[in-house]
Amino acid sequence: MTDSSMIGSAPRRIDGRRKVTGTAMYASDHHLQNMAYGYGVFSTVASGKITALELDAARKSPGVLEIFHHGNFPPLYHNSALPMSLAQILKAAKSDESRLPFEDETVYYAGQFVALVVADTFEHARAAAYKIKVSYSKNTAVANLDQGMKAGKLQDGSPNHNRGDAGAAFDSAAHSIDATYTTPVETHNPMEMHATVANWEDGRLIVYEASQGVVAHRNSLAKIFGLIPEKVEVRAPFIGSGFGSKLWIWPHSVAACGAAKVLNRPVQLVVPRQQMFTTTGHRPQTRQRLRLATDDKGKLVSVRHESINTTSFTDPFKENCGTSTKSLYSCANVSVTHKIIEVNRGTPTSMRAPGAAPGLFALESAMDEMADKIGMDPLAFRKLNVSERDESQNLPWSSNHLQECIDQAAERFGWSKRDPKPGSMKDGNEIIGYGMAACNWDAYRTPAEAQVSLRADGTAYAICGVQDIGTGTYTIVAQVVSSITGIALDKIEVELGNSSFPPAPVSGGSWATASVLPAIAEATRQAIEQLKAFSTAPKGVFAGTKADQVSFEQGQLKSGEKTFAITDVLKAQKQASAFGEAKTGMNDTSKHSFRSFGVHFVEVRWDPGISRLRVARVVSAIDVGKVINHKTSLNQVEGAIVMGVGMALFEATEFDERDGMPVNNNYAEYVVPVHADQPEIDVILLDYPDYELNEFGARGIGEIGITGLAAAVANAVSHATGKRIRDLPITLDKLMELPPTMSA
Amino acid sequence: MRALDYVRAGSVEQAVDAHSKSQTAFFLAGGTTLLDLVKLDVMPADQVIDVNHLSLKQIEVQKDGSVRIGALVTNTALAYHDYIVAHYPVLSQALLSGATTQLRNKATTAGNVMQRVRCNYFRDGYSPCNKREPGSGCAAIDGHNRSVHAVLGTSDQCIATHPSDMCVAMAAIGARVEVQGAKGKRSIDFLDFHLLPGSTPWKEHALQDDELITHVVLDAPLANSKSGYLKLRDRASYQFALASSAVILVMDGDTVRDARIAMGGVGTRPWRALEAERALKGATLTSQNMEKAAAIALQGAKPYRHNAYKIALGQQAIVRNLSTLTA
Repeated sequence: MTDSSMIGSAPRRIDGRRKVTGTAMYASDHHLQNMAYGYGVFSTVASGKITALELDAARKSPGVLEIFHHGNFPPLYHNSALPMSLAQILKAAKSDESRLPFEDETVYYAGQFVALVVADTFEHARAAAYKIKVSYSKNTAVANLDQGMKAGKLQDGSPNHNRGDAGAAFDSAAHSIDATYTTPVETHNPMEMHATVANWEDGRLIVYEASQGVVAHRNSLAKIFGLIPEKVEVRAPFIGSGFGSKLWIWPHSVAACGAAKVLNRPVQLVVPRQQMFTTTGHRPQTRQRLRLATDDKGKLVSVRHESINTTSFTDPFKENCGTSTKSLYSCANVSVTHKIIEVNRGTPTSMRAPGAAPGLFALESAMDEMADKIGMDPLAFRKLNVSERDESQNLPWSSNHLQECIDQAAERFGWSKRDPKPGSMKDGNEIIGYGMAACNWDAYRTPAEAQVSLRADGTAYAICGVQDIGTGTYTIVAQVVSSITGIALDKIEVELGNSSFPPAPVSGGSWATASVLPAIAEATRQAIEQLKAFSTAPKGVFAGTKADQVSFEQGQLKSGEKTFAITDVLKAQKQASAFGEAKTGMNDTSKHSFRSFGVHFVEVRWDPGISRLRVARVVSAIDVGKVINHKTSLNQVEGAIVMGVGMALFEATEFDERDGMPVNNNYAEYVVPVHADQPEIDVILLDYPDYELNEFGARGIGEIGITGLAAAVANAVSHATGKRIRDLPITLDKLMELPPTMSA
Repeated sequence: MRALDYVRAGSVEQAVDAHSKSQTAFFLAGGTTLLDLVKLDVMPADQVIDVNHLSLKQIEVQKDGSVRIGALVTNTALAYHDYIVAHYPVLSQALLSGATTQLRNKATTAGNVMQRVRCNYFRDGYSPCNKREPGSGCAAIDGHNRSVHAVLGTSDQCIATHPSDMCVAMAAIGARVEVQGAKGKRSIDFLDFHLLPGSTPWKEHALQDDELITHVVLDAPLANSKSGYLKLRDRASYQFALASSAVILVMDGDTVRDARIAMGGVGTRPWRALEAERALKGATLTSQNMEKAAAIALQGAKPYRHNAYKIALGQQAIVRNLSTLTA
């Protein structure tokens, strides 16, 4: 059916040239005629009420057009608060932070929009914004999870899962561990700032947005401004990454669209880097208690995973930390619970592998602690317990090659050279530690629509409302069209990221590839069907032949011994193109459980003489079904591993515990890995097609690479130093041997 | 960004004259500190005096071996200058351990000396900060003070570290800062240039209001010396030091004839450890002696809530630097 040399090959990005030559237009690159520029004023308290806004100086400031705040911002509607299902995702309208900007005088978190200055230039807007003085009546801020637990009440954070009797099995087990792990707030920090360019034209709202989901963003703006979706168009042809922070609409976008409406001119609003830490989502802080127990042979008999995450006072965000715990390992007695607690921070959102990234740090650290406890090799312990089916749903896996992942990566890494004694492997000043952990992520497929045209000039044209968030979606769409039609990649034009195109899901959850490619393929085949119809119609190349006598082979229409190129078929009918469109659905989740699997092996080096810890080497084997583009797939896993190194060693968005104010909300003090921190990375992609999910057998690859990485690092650190660090990030001060008086 | 007057100085005298007329005028060289802080609305600049066109871009090796570095010599030019690489490896290494290539290409020698602290409570524009708003208090003392806050030279008014790596090397080498003001030229000992916060943390240096740094003159290199800079931080690059050391050693067989030690990341100014140097002179470099000197260097250090580890880390920076130089 498809040209296997194209699917699974490694072509370069078809949009690469535009990106490196600066002709790819990102949201804030759009400067429309008569456009005005916004700059926010952001709360400098984490909890309280605005009592006064001194605007006179700002109003007199050069170029100022209007200053919006809770006293004058136009009243708008709330976005839908109904639960979103994957089946309905093309109609989804969703905000993680449901409160509208300037809705009232209440401040729920530091860095919340309290005013918006709009001026003729960006510089004028910023200068005026700095002149606004805001007075607050301050409340005691709930600054972190601990304070939240004291000040408030835990709320349900389901989905939960329970099977067997984990408590009783734990109490009677031969061996057990009970450990609590914490992860801090982490912030996405995509390179491209959140930005909106809002333009109203004859009652239609046209928006350039840094968005991972133009259709959902369109639907949300329509709800909020009380319009039908057809009156709104959201465009995001290029996105400078998002990591989840650009999935759903945030206050700045509403603020820009509202301001543009009132002023009746286009408005551009870019969120400053400092507020990218406050008002556009983050991964919430978590505390997770893991209780594991085994029999005397090392088989798990009880698994309990109790997770708490922070959320805002405006919305209940649930970080599903136990998502993998339910099913990764075989165990009859399992209990997974989630609870949430309110704090004075902005609303959290999905960040690369939400739930699984912090959840597998806890689970896979605990698995290592359990293996230590019973004196088993951590690899052997995992292999003994890997589950042959999804016991949480009592379904077989659609495809699971975790055992082979472990074997292949262990061999490549050299796990057999590991001396299990902590601190026993040395190289000069450095102590070497080896650690491993499984990775795991959901495999979803959502509805999607697409259109493909085969054109008379020999080119093809595909459009779809999905986005390329930097992952290579443009390229794999072209690969699919090419694989079916034989048209060369450089003759295939792809347009994505426009809500007026056939609708497609948000680019998140690692589902874009699995969901969109079937729609592209089907639309391509429909275009070929139309081509066949042209060929057999009067004056067609096969005029008089029955349609079922015409086949499409190697890029040409064939009937009997005669073949004609696509262009010849179209020319004979004076047709511009043959057109196909398709709407494809979800996978059947009643017969199989769909997940992706993998494993990381990590070598760390700890130099105790200078307290330097580094991740030196990572070998990973990943089972994500069929790999569509080897180059962009490796790029995703390698990038996720680097992000995992950041999560393991550096990243934490800190809030002052006295007042809840962010204290490292900038690129200098929020430490992410730089080039010099990058380990040697060796990724094996197993490449077994999962045809239960779709015709390509492709699942998705954006997120799985970060899962388990922090645990593999923590496990390697434990092997090197003998210290078990249960609180991320693993900074050097946590590993130093300090006299008691010097411990912070 | 606030509206600024821009003055391009054609001579040092013109620059000094313009600067003396306003409390809110600032010299603009590389701009890597100033422009950031103006954009953040932290430095209340109403006027910038662009000194980039002054002829202060030379590195002159003088007859006695000392080096006179023009104020506008970039960090990159200084780090790769042949004489600096050959005779002051500690300085070249310190420069290259700081910032990024792009920043070093812009940043200047005098600008580096004058760079402002990285304390977020200073830079956020609203927290109590005695540097930004004298008398408002110091949010860092009981706040989040893990990475860019000091354990040496702190006061109850300010605990921010001086962020420079270059200055740590210069403190070890020994230098004079040549300045020019309305009343003429003078030179200031490098170790007297940066001030402890004490009760006046907003006074960060010994410059008078109208004075401009024109040169930094390094002492001649110690004969037969080895030197090196070791910077410890969370990530491998592009982060300010949690602790660093600049060490210059002159050995006589196994015995230390002369030693210079300065530290970064732990002090409120580039921190010269004179007592530790004295302890090393005449001693052999056994681990015990190195550790003893390092302990002396951190004597009197005062830990704050999140930075107690720096007392140990600072000592490690010294010990490893010493042992690497003599390996």
